[in-house]
Amino acid sequence: MPKDHGIGASTKRREDVRFLTGDGHYTDDINLHGQAYVHFLRSDVAHGRLVSVETEEAAKMPGVLRIFTGKDFEAVGSIPCGWLITSRDGQPMQEPPHPVLAQGKVRHVGDPIAAVVAETYEQARDAAEAIMVEIEDLPAVIDMKQALAEGATKVHDDLKDNLCYDWGFVEENREAVDKAIKEAHHVTTLELRNQRLVANPMEPRVAVGDYARHNDESTLYTTSQNPHVIRLLMGAFVLGIPEHKLRVAAPDVGGGFGSKIFHYAEEAFCTFAAKQLRRPVKWTSSRAEAFISDAQGRDHVTKIELALDKDNNFTALRTETYANMGAYLSTFSTSVPTWLHGTLMAGNYKTPLIYVNVKAVFTNTVPVDAYRGAGRPEATYQLERVIDKAARELGVDPLALRRQNFVTEFPYATPVAVEYDTGDYNATLDKLEEIADLKGFEARRKESEAKGKLRGLGVNCYIEACGIAPSNLVGQLGARAGLYESATVRVNATGGLVVMTGSHSHGQGHETTFPQVIADMIGIDANMVEIEHGDTANTPMGMGTYGSRSIAVGGSAMVRAAEKVIAKAKKIAAHMMEASEGDIELKDGQFTVAGTDKSLAWGDVTLAAYVPHNYPLEELEPGLEETAFYDPSNFTYPAGAYACEVEVDPETGKVTVERFAAADDFGNVINPMIVEGQVHGGIAQGVGQALLESCVYDETGQLLTGTYMDYAMPRAGDLPSYVVDHSCRTPCTHNPLGVKGCGEAGAIASPPTVVNAVIDALQSGGHKVDHIDMPVSPARVWQAMQ
Amino acid sequence: MYAFEFERPGSLDAAVKALQEEDAQALGGGQTLIPTLKQRLAMPSKLVSLKGIAELQGIAQEGDVLKVGGGSTHGAVARETKGIFAGLSLMASKIGDPAVRNRGTMGGSLANNDPAACYPAALMATRGTVVTNTREIAAEEYFQGLFTTALEEGEIITSIRFPLPEKSNYQKFEQPASRFPLVGVFVAKYGDRVGVGVTGASEDGVFAWKEAEEALAGNFAPEAVDDLWVSAEGMMSDLHGTAEYRAHLVKVMTKRAVAAAE
Ligand SMILES: Cc1cc2nc3c(=O)[nH]c(=O)nc-3n(C[C@H](O)[C@H](O)[C@H](O)COP(=O)(O)OP(=O)(O)OC[C@H]3O[C@@H](n4cnc5c(N)ncnc54)[C@H](O)[C@@H]3O)c2cc1C
Repeated sequence: MPKDHGIGASTKRREDVRFLTGDGHYTDDINLHGQAYVHFLRSDVAHGRLVSVETEEAAKMPGVLRIFTGKDFEAVGSIPCGWLITSRDGQPMQEPPHPVLAQGKVRHVGDPIAAVVAETYEQARDAAEAIMVEIEDLPAVIDMKQALAEGATKVHDDLKDNLCYDWGFVEENREAVDKAIKEAHHVTTLELRNQRLVANPMEPRVAVGDYARHNDESTLYTTSQNPHVIRLLMGAFVLGIPEHKLRVAAPDVGGGFGSKIFHYAEEAFCTFAAKQLRRPVKWTSSRAEAFISDAQGRDHVTKIELALDKDNNFTALRTETYANMGAYLSTFSTSVPTWLHGTLMAGNYKTPLIYVNVKAVFTNTVPVDAYRGAGRPEATYQLERVIDKAARELGVDPLALRRQNFVTEFPYATPVAVEYDTGDYNATLDKLEEIADLKGFEARRKESEAKGKLRGLGVNCYIEACGIAPSNLVGQLGARAGLYESATVRVNATGGLVVMTGSHSHGQGHETTFPQVIADMIGIDANMVEIEHGDTANTPMGMGTYGSRSIAVGGSAMVRAAEKVIAKAKKIAAHMMEASEGDIELKDGQFTVAGTDKSLAWGDVTLAAYVPHNYPLEELEPGLEETAFYDPSNFTYPAGAYACEVEVDPETGKVTVERFAAADDFGNVINPMIVEGQVHGGIAQGVGQALLESCVYDETGQLLTGTYMDYAMPRAGDLPSYVVDHSCRTPCTHNPLGVKGCGEAGAIASPPTVVNAVIDALQSGGHKVDHIDMPVSPARVWQAMQ
Repeated sequence: MYAFEFERPGSLDAAVKALQEEDAQALGGGQTLIPTLKQRLAMPSKLVSLKGIAELQGIAQEGDVLKVGGGSTHGAVARETKGIFAGLSLMASKIGDPAVRNRGTMGGSLANNDPAACYPAALMATRGTVVTNTREIAAEEYFQGLFTTALEEGEIITSIRFPLPEKSNYQKFEQPASRFPLVGVFVAKYGDRVGVGVTGASEDGVFAWKEAEEALAGNFAPEAVDDLWVSAEGMMSDLHGTAEYRAHLVKVMTKRAVAAAE
């Protein structure tokens, strides 16, 4: 087995050849014969009653095929929400309808009012300008606390109020937590905001709908992280198309970060209109449109209280969070502030009592849903910021305070419903101290001071729940889906393999890492294995990629299918070599019979499977192809420790990240280079959130940060070279590869690391600043110093 | 984008003529105008590209004046003024990214007069001159507020003349998103005077900080402005910085520019 191809090898990404040479095949590269183009006329006000939408004149304009409005979708279903949350009082969440095109009211800037389909994109746009829309303005509901105030304008007239749910977790612990906090030796309180972000994948969303009259089949090509989920949601709930008449394909996808998980109105529209018009219909989002139509991320306002005893042991934790849902419930929006957030509040610590309260609120803003980390960054940020503050208040070393409270025995059942199977938090923190050279910090601080700069050190520990998720558990928690993954392993006659995975790659590198695993199992070159994904026509029902689940769940399904293939191949080999099945071994691509010198090559056996002349046909079917579905028995729990050193320019407030180190425990690692790449990207996004990014609406609901002129993205020059390490490994105990997932760690762990460092720097300069909300921009830092 | 005609004249005269058509508009590097067109925020009947006109090219020292052709790209300015006018070269090298610098032109930037554009600070500090196809306009008359200049309809900037300073520097404090200046200060030191041009800060666009100019003329050292301050009144205030913050930065950037001047 060539070592540079199997598990543990830093094999270069084979997909990069096409991506870097311009040969990627993205949804926008799909152009079908007779294709028409749609342009959506979107609301430019945040909240208003639709008095009239006059399309008559516009419909006569050159090239226009048809103009659709909300009326055309009255008989069509509502875009569904995938997770039911139950409030503290036992009532189900308030769940408003979400029409494909606005009906009656517009509820955020960007809400689609009409859709013009024309021969060309420019014609569609021209005609959209000729549509006369009359809107009676309503007061915009933007601030969450005001949205919940008595008498506030309602975003959805048919709901009781703007409260989606009021969730308590674990409700039975509430009194005990209140009591523990009341009687605590010390309580540290912090109020903070985890600001709203725009995902900004490099490739904006695209949808192409197509309809084949000869077999009544609809096809949707779309920029999705999970085409099967889109097929199910759109087919069953919105358009009423059975799955055998609907194909959803997501070819190369240029990044998602969560924003391409969800089922969007534009997808349903293109599929619907293609059938109506008997023409393929294409929509390509502009960047400006992405800012007002892609689901956004985060947007939590939280108060957190940490109680400690006289020996600095954490005794209780209480949080109250307001979570912005935006105007409609996007696919997984309701689960993010609850089950993906509340269950993580224990962090790496053995706090015995925890209570989390979350109020989800409707506002006249773009819907909010999962964004890289989804709920876990919000949990980690609060917890790691409040611990840092507690250490400062108590005058203890922040690392020592963390170590003292670490969970050290596994499995560990947290008071927030999850059980950590394995981990070693002291090991990653030890590793961090070494790779970040924490001992050298004081000397570096002096150097910075000599230059007139304030230097700060921020340290932070994190844990996340990945490998989403055991279906029976999430079903009890309200998920309207299972969260298994699937794979079909097809062996061709000449020995090459195709793996059809329900997992989806949009930057993660599946096409490289998945073959590494198969190569290792069989002992063949990884280049003999091809990965297919992203098309419901040729992959088994799968749940897609998010929540760092691909290798942990999708990889496990592939291993199970490959095991079945190998078991069958051994049977064939046993027959061919006239040996007993139990004596057959497979190593380096050769089948051998234990204790003899008999052997057969992998290719001899695969050929026999398809040319079954000498074959046990009475006992065994010909062919070599197996499918497996894998449902994990638990989440996986990657964890680690991060450190960051910043310099603050006291004259301008500008923060520069000088050093950054990450020590992660991802369990076993398939391809170290790809893992490091995932961590690098995650850190860039995390530092971006900490220092730069912020999605801001004014009080009338206009988006103030609707272009890159005002929405600040991180760039290479904003980041130092990182030191990343993943040598601390406690393999996951319940999946066959012992892997945990690495896609979100950087984005989860970085924001508190950076903010802790900035606060440390300011304190070192004598500024009594306990907290600055993200993004920690120069203007905010300077303000805090005044 | 709305449909428009496109013309690429080979001489200044032909360009002037082409621009006489109603709603015709000059196209420099397109780094401001093209995005505007893409968003359908402008509807010219014709674009007249200035890229093919030899008279608008060329950067040359003429005695104690530097003449920059109106069609010179930021990249060319950065490269070709290096040993002659350090502050201007530095300024040009920090505009946008390589793609922007290889297309965008000084004439286009000055004609557009974005309140956060860089070049206006240099032109104001040096008290330079904008030369057009019809006349010469002094910096102080040329800038007339946000996105407003003394240019008439169809008037073309052919060159810009900068009196060469002994020392100069530009300090750009970047707005985190656009990386245009949140506040940019250009300092130019001459034998008998000092110019301080400030961009990005004021609601009225670029301005000369006259008190600092006076103080620095007597003592060209950062400490010379220690006792001065800029009023927050009339400063811009937005997501990226309050008026107070901008006013504060004007002073900080001025001191840094003086310290770094070469
Ligand atoms: C990503 C990005 C970053 C940028 N960063 C900065 C920055 O940091 N600092 C900064 O200063 N600028 C910045 N810019 C703006 C850039 O400098 C533009 O190139 C410049 O503002 C316009 O020049 P242009 O030649 O591209 O003009 P165009 O876009 O072609 O035209 C702009 C306007 O000027 C008119 N015009 C063009 N040439 C002439 C002429 N010779 N005579 C009369 N009128 C003319 C046009 O009719 C139009 O109205 C940035 C731009 C981008 C896209």
